[in-house]
Amino acid sequence: MKIDMNSLGIVFALLGAVLAALLSGMGSAKGVGLAGQAAAGVVTEDPSKFGKVLILQLLPGTQGIYGLLIAFVTLSQIGILGGSSDIELWKGLLYCAACLPMAFVGYFSAVAQAKASVSSIGIIAKKPEQFGKAMIFPAMVETYAILALLISILAIFGVAGL
Amino acid sequence: MAVLHMQRILICALRRDRKAILELLQRRGVIEVNDVLTEDSVFHKTDSSMMKGSLTKTVTVAKEAIEILSAHSNEKTSMLSVLNGLKVATTEDYNSFTVKYHSTIKIANRIITLSKQIAESKAEILKLETQMEILTPWLSLDIPLNFEGTKYTKSFIGTLPKLWTMDSVYEKLADYLPLDVNVISSSKDQTCIFVLCQKDKADKVFETLRGMEFSLPSIAPELIPSIQLKYLEAEKVKLELEIEASVAEIISYKEYKEDLCFLQDYDTMREEKYEVLSRLCQSKNVFVITGYIPEKEVVSLSDYLNNNYEVSIEIEDPSEEEEVPVLLHNNVFSQPLEGVVASYSPPGKGEIDPTTMMSLFYYLLFGIMLSDAGYGFLIVAACGFGLLKFGRKMEQSTKNTLLMFLFCGISTVFWGVMFGSYFGDIIDVVSETYFNHKITIPALWFLPMNQPMRMLTFSMALGIIHLLTGLSIKLYQQLKQKDYKSALYDVVFWLVLLISCIVILLSMPMITNLLGVSLAIPAVIVNTSNILAILSSIGIILTNGRESRNPFKRFLKGLYAFYGISGYLSDVLSYSRLLALGLATGVIGMVINKMAAMAGKGIVGPLVFTIIVIGGHMLNLAINALGAYVHTNRLQYVEFFGKFYEGGGRTFNPFKMKTKYYKIKEKIKNEN
Repeated sequence: MKIDMNSLGIVFALLGAVLAALLSGMGSAKGVGLAGQAAAGVVTEDPSKFGKVLILQLLPGTQGIYGLLIAFVTLSQIGILGGSSDIELWKGLLYCAACLPMAFVGYFSAVAQAKASVSSIGIIAKKPEQFGKAMIFPAMVETYAILALLISILAIFGVAGL
Repeated sequence: MAVLHMQRILICALRRDRKAILELLQRRGVIEVNDVLTEDSVFHKTDSSMMKGSLTKTVTVAKEAIEILSAHSNEKTSMLSVLNGLKVATTEDYNSFTVKYHSTIKIANRIITLSKQIAESKAEILKLETQMEILTPWLSLDIPLNFEGTKYTKSFIGTLPKLWTMDSVYEKLADYLPLDVNVISSSKDQTCIFVLCQKDKADKVFETLRGMEFSLPSIAPELIPSIQLKYLEAEKVKLELEIEASVAEIISYKEYKEDLCFLQDYDTMREEKYEVLSRLCQSKNVFVITGYIPEKEVVSLSDYLNNNYEVSIEIEDPSEEEEVPVLLHNNVFSQPLEGVVASYSPPGKGEIDPTTMMSLFYYLLFGIMLSDAGYGFLIVAACGFGLLKFGRKMEQSTKNTLLMFLFCGISTVFWGVMFGSYFGDIIDVVSETYFNHKITIPALWFLPMNQPMRMLTFSMALGIIHLLTGLSIKLYQQLKQKDYKSALYDVVFWLVLLISCIVILLSMPMITNLLGVSLAIPAVIVNTSNILAILSSIGIILTNGRESRNPFKRFLKGLYAFYGISGYLSDVLSYSRLLALGLATGVIGMVINKMAAMAGKGIVGPLVFTIIVIGGHMLNLAINALGAYVHTNRLQYVEFFGKFYEGGGRTFNPFKMKTKYYKIKEKIKNEN
């Protein structure tokens, strides 16, 4: 069977979109799970801290959403969600590359952020009044996920305009 | 607006007024007690730890009793009850409580005793049930389990593991005939047997049985099993009745719940009072209380004290070295954010209160990050409802939170309209799916989805304004402290450098093309900026290491400080999160709408659409509001406060009522 190389464009574009959702989602799932264990431990001792630790648990969850966002934008740009899906090979590869920052940074930052969250949950266990500070440490990690999201988004819109 | 000016107060009064004055101060809650006086031959401090200990115990008892009472009376507490705030009690209520004090403690203790009895009875019932379970297989046995045999016979009553028939047991024991084997009951797990043999063969029989893993029952009551079971059942019923009676008695104390709550608060207040009391200096007839008081409270308090008691009050300004506690005072717009500042750190010595400047940016940034008119409207509606319905009654902290989100919500509506986002693109989707005619509310400004670079430029421009504002506040602070040198070296040089750098960047075609803006900056301005940038850089390198005496070290330190310009670059880039979070809200909203619209028309379609839209948007709102809140705080704490604010102050912690259920209101006519 002969494969027309140019028809592979859509394959790579979809691969990129899927990777963004896949890796970021995995990272967030792992991260939220990790933080959830720590949060559950605190709630066992003091159920009134539920609200605070819940927020800290949710912080590593955003990467999954950013991944979804990138995947969705890519899907709509390449016409999978209706419209023509005629993508040339080079363009498909570009889309794939554009999704990679979110995919990889999403995964690793979610896990790293979860570790910061777990430590911050430790702060809440001992000094619940320091919530403002505890929240900042995981938020610092998130910056890099946001930067990756930004580059992925700009790249996808850029590729679409080529 | 500002950090309130604190004054040092010293009240000297007669000992016979001690209780009244302390209670008055506690109700007013305007003085932070601070014991600077030391004991001498006339003034002594009293040890009140015994009294405090017993009060702590009462508080614990009351708390436990209230918990038990609530657990048994199934009271419904609505989600909104927290908005209701504390109940109001009058001073008369407070004073008349002494009559009920001891009876209430008795009730509390009785409730705890009853609850202990219930727990004991429940444990006893469990024990009985275990015994009954053990007895069940023996029911058909008509002799007691502890029967050992007659004069010439020996009996073995016990169980064998697994299933045995009478024949198989006989087979094993065939050598020791004559004997009598009865299988009382059998199941595949165990077989209950009764063996009667001659006394002289008893040892051998027992040995063989042991070989078959024979074991004696764990209980051996003197009654025959069926009667014993009836006896146990009767015991159980008796215990159950006891539990019922105890529960009924606990529930009958329901009407005293308010008293119990009052008791808890009453003794919490007294505990606090005795804590203060132990720090007072007292002589035989007078006592002295010292502390900090906000200046605006001085007149009303001293007037009241002078009119009602014989006191001497001294007011003075605290000295420079003292660590004066900090109390902030702001208008309604900024007040909700005092908590945000306090959770970073209250302003330190000589620092201004950053709340007002911060509040402006806080609402702005939150709005841009959430940027959806629909979500903003929901937030405004929820907070507005809470404030209107419960505004008068609710506690200040709850009110502040609601007010903060109210203002954030208003800002969100504004930016949602600017960026044309209403629950994502729900109007487009609904009109297209159900009415075959697409209606779009155009964005008042532009759609960030379609022009991400424009949004990025706007985000960063806003970031630059935010950062420059921070630097300007530092300038103001240093001018106020008359530290002109630092103001010039650390702030003015940097301001000039940053602004001229921005001008130079904007004059480069590469940057303007990237940002998609067209600016024609006259060459004169660009050249001036070039010169200014070089001059201020030199200034920074030469002066920012000024604390070192060694000129070489000084130069290196200056260079390092100049390297801090890369920090400004990353600070500005950090504001790109405005774009990212704004897009996240919008795109996920669109995904939800798209999924909902997939259900199509027909009868089921709109129903599925509604369910998905409501569930999905609630989730999106929750997650993105959380994101906006966290990242607004981050931009304030890290980027903005990093430029000028150090904090390190100590929050004003007045001697007041730290109660849980009631607040004691003084009657207005009592004042003067």
